[in-house]
Amino acid sequence: MSSAVGTRPRHAAAPPPRTEPRQRSYRLGRWDITYSPYLYVAPFFILFGVFGLFPVLYTVYVSLFDYELLSGTKEFVGLENYRVLLEDSQFWNAAYNTVGIFVLSTVPQLIAALILANLLNRQMRARTLFRMGVVIPNITSVAAVGIIFALIFADRYGLVNWLLGTVGIDPIAWRDNRYASWFAIAFMVDWRWTGYNALIYLGAMQAIPKDLYESASLDGASAWRQFWTITVPLIRPTILFTVIISTIGGFQIFTEPLMYGFGMIRGGGNHEFQTLAMYIYEQTFTGNAEYGYGSAMSWLLFMMIIIFALINFALVRRSVKGEQK
Amino acid sequence: MSVIRRRLRTVAVAALATGVALGGTACSKSDDDGGSEGGQVKLVLQTFQNFGYDQAIKDFEAAHPNIKVEHQKMGELRDFQPKLVQWLAAGSGAGDVVGLEEGVLLQYVQNHDKFVNLLDYGAGELKSNFPEWKWNNALTPDGKKLIGLGTDVGGLAMCYRKDLFQQAGLPTDREEVSKRITTWEDYIELGRQFKASGKVKAAWLDSATSLMQPYVMQNSEVFFFDKENKFIGDTNPVVRKAWDMGLQMAAEGLTAKAQRWSADWDAAFKNSAFATIPCPAWMTEGVIAQRSGPANAGKWDIATIPGGGGNWGGSYLAIPAQTKHPKEAYELAKYLTSKEGHLAAFKEAGAMPSDIAGIEDPAFKDKKSDYFSGAPTGKIFGDSVKNLKPVFLGAKHQQVWETIVEPQMQAAERGQLSSEAAWQKAMDEAKKATS
Repeated sequence: MSSAVGTRPRHAAAPPPRTEPRQRSYRLGRWDITYSPYLYVAPFFILFGVFGLFPVLYTVYVSLFDYELLSGTKEFVGLENYRVLLEDSQFWNAAYNTVGIFVLSTVPQLIAALILANLLNRQMRARTLFRMGVVIPNITSVAAVGIIFALIFADRYGLVNWLLGTVGIDPIAWRDNRYASWFAIAFMVDWRWTGYNALIYLGAMQAIPKDLYESASLDGASAWRQFWTITVPLIRPTILFTVIISTIGGFQIFTEPLMYGFGMIRGGGNHEFQTLAMYIYEQTFTGNAEYGYGSAMSWLLFMMIIIFALINFALVRRSVKGEQK
Repeated sequence: MSVIRRRLRTVAVAALATGVALGGTACSKSDDDGGSEGGQVKLVLQTFQNFGYDQAIKDFEAAHPNIKVEHQKMGELRDFQPKLVQWLAAGSGAGDVVGLEEGVLLQYVQNHDKFVNLLDYGAGELKSNFPEWKWNNALTPDGKKLIGLGTDVGGLAMCYRKDLFQQAGLPTDREEVSKRITTWEDYIELGRQFKASGKVKAAWLDSATSLMQPYVMQNSEVFFFDKENKFIGDTNPVVRKAWDMGLQMAAEGLTAKAQRWSADWDAAFKNSAFATIPCPAWMTEGVIAQRSGPANAGKWDIATIPGGGGNWGGSYLAIPAQTKHPKEAYELAKYLTSKEGHLAAFKEAGAMPSDIAGIEDPAFKDKKSDYFSGAPTGKIFGDSVKNLKPVFLGAKHQQVWETIVEPQMQAAERGQLSSEAAWQKAMDEAKKATS
């Protein structure tokens, strides 16, 4: 393709016997240079427009209606859906759960990933095997992971409660206790994503020049000190990236808690672990199929993700910078 | 470069070919609509759980060589239901024949424009094949449109663990057991004896919520909704009575407190954690035998349900209006809900026929279950639906029961909150969801 772009102007520059074709091919060549780049990136934007932007905007439109799918009711209600939503205690309960599970999973996950990456960044035998090994949980199907963990954390016949029982600890009500359920779900998320983040960190760490570490060792800096004052500050952009990605992913958490509750969209007897995405699904796709209400909720979730992503961005940037001094 | 170019060309050719092929299919489809002969028609049948239609479909295809049936099993009802709603609204995606559970059926009767009127295809002649209530449930209030033909009914019985009964010193013979539990009060009393024997670790009943459906279905004509579809769950005394009875049993330690349809519930079968469970016909082979496993074969037996008879669950086959082949789809639905279809499904999944001739047929009537100690399932379930009174469930019954009332009742059962608080919460939520 690139050769074609390169050759056309040369053809155009060749001395032609007649003027008209020469001009035409000259014009074609100019169009090629001016417009081709847009043409090449167009597929992404067209696809994004059709499957990304349009649904997003249409969701805004739908959120202004009392829109029930099954009966076909569609009535303009303005911002009524949003007003009801702000008073909906189940919505705020779901938001509380989502934020709780997010914090409980992401903080240990990223710290563990950092440490893991640092370990993998050393000289060792079968390095590639270990590096690839840490992402295996990530390529496992979420649903399968969810089912297995739901069994491990089952209330009565689960592995964890059985293990606790052998050392004389009373079984934990993994689904009735809100914080126990958060912990179990966060555990599931971390199991899947720690290795993935570790690999991203590892990639960034390998770009750090080795001589920095050499001179630090000469100055007598401990491995721990080197980690905090060289490695972490230098991979800061990568850390920011993972924080943002984790925020987006964490706020949309759906399959893990759903599987954890044996497929019940309610997320526990009293919605102990119903996340926002689950509540959106419950309203939008079960019962009356309230598309309008579900759309309004989706938009509020979108806003929350942006706000939290920005807060996290600021927090991490500041704290990592502080280490540098 | 040349390789890339060649590949591109191949892709282009393939794309073109696909386009032509699709266009061709579209044409041939419209030809079929015009009633062309000779072309093979492909029907999509969508069901949930286990309708037991594998053999019946083979028989149907053998009898109709021009029709090919693709049976899509869509998992649990709760997975299938939202998808179906979307497909119906979108106008494409739903099968030519779909399974509807009675708990959600009325929702579709209310929005019947999404379905073909089976009376237009001659379903009227089938009316006498079904119990009147089964037929009427799928009929619009004005009686002019029928959206579904009955598949199974959930005749009710009481499944019990013979071996555990013996250990506790209770009678084990099914006739004897049936006599000892003629009413629900007797049943609870026997449970107290079972526990008082002190010889068994197992609980009496799997969960407090198990008692709710059978009890209400036996003792009330309505459940959570009155016949105008207004929520009356909070004022229906029978619902409250069942709630109290169930939780009373839980408070006395008679229930295993297993959350129905959870992994713990599944494991509780295998671990012999409870001795009795009210079982609709579809639950015997399809649920209890599967979960208890071969190790417990011959330990279960079946007695009659306290309170005499009753129905729990059961489904219908309907034809979405978006189908391209309503005539063939009707043929399929008609066959599957005929005596032959019903008996094949019974053989495969234990689904009890709603077809009257099917219930009377020796293949059903004389059926005994090996897994359940040779219990005459045909006779027990057949008798249980004989004196059946129809119960009006309401359009949102399944939603109210499965996502609101049952979880709250389970929370109360596990002692998370008091019975009174859970009741209040459940009723408030139900009112909100149905307003």
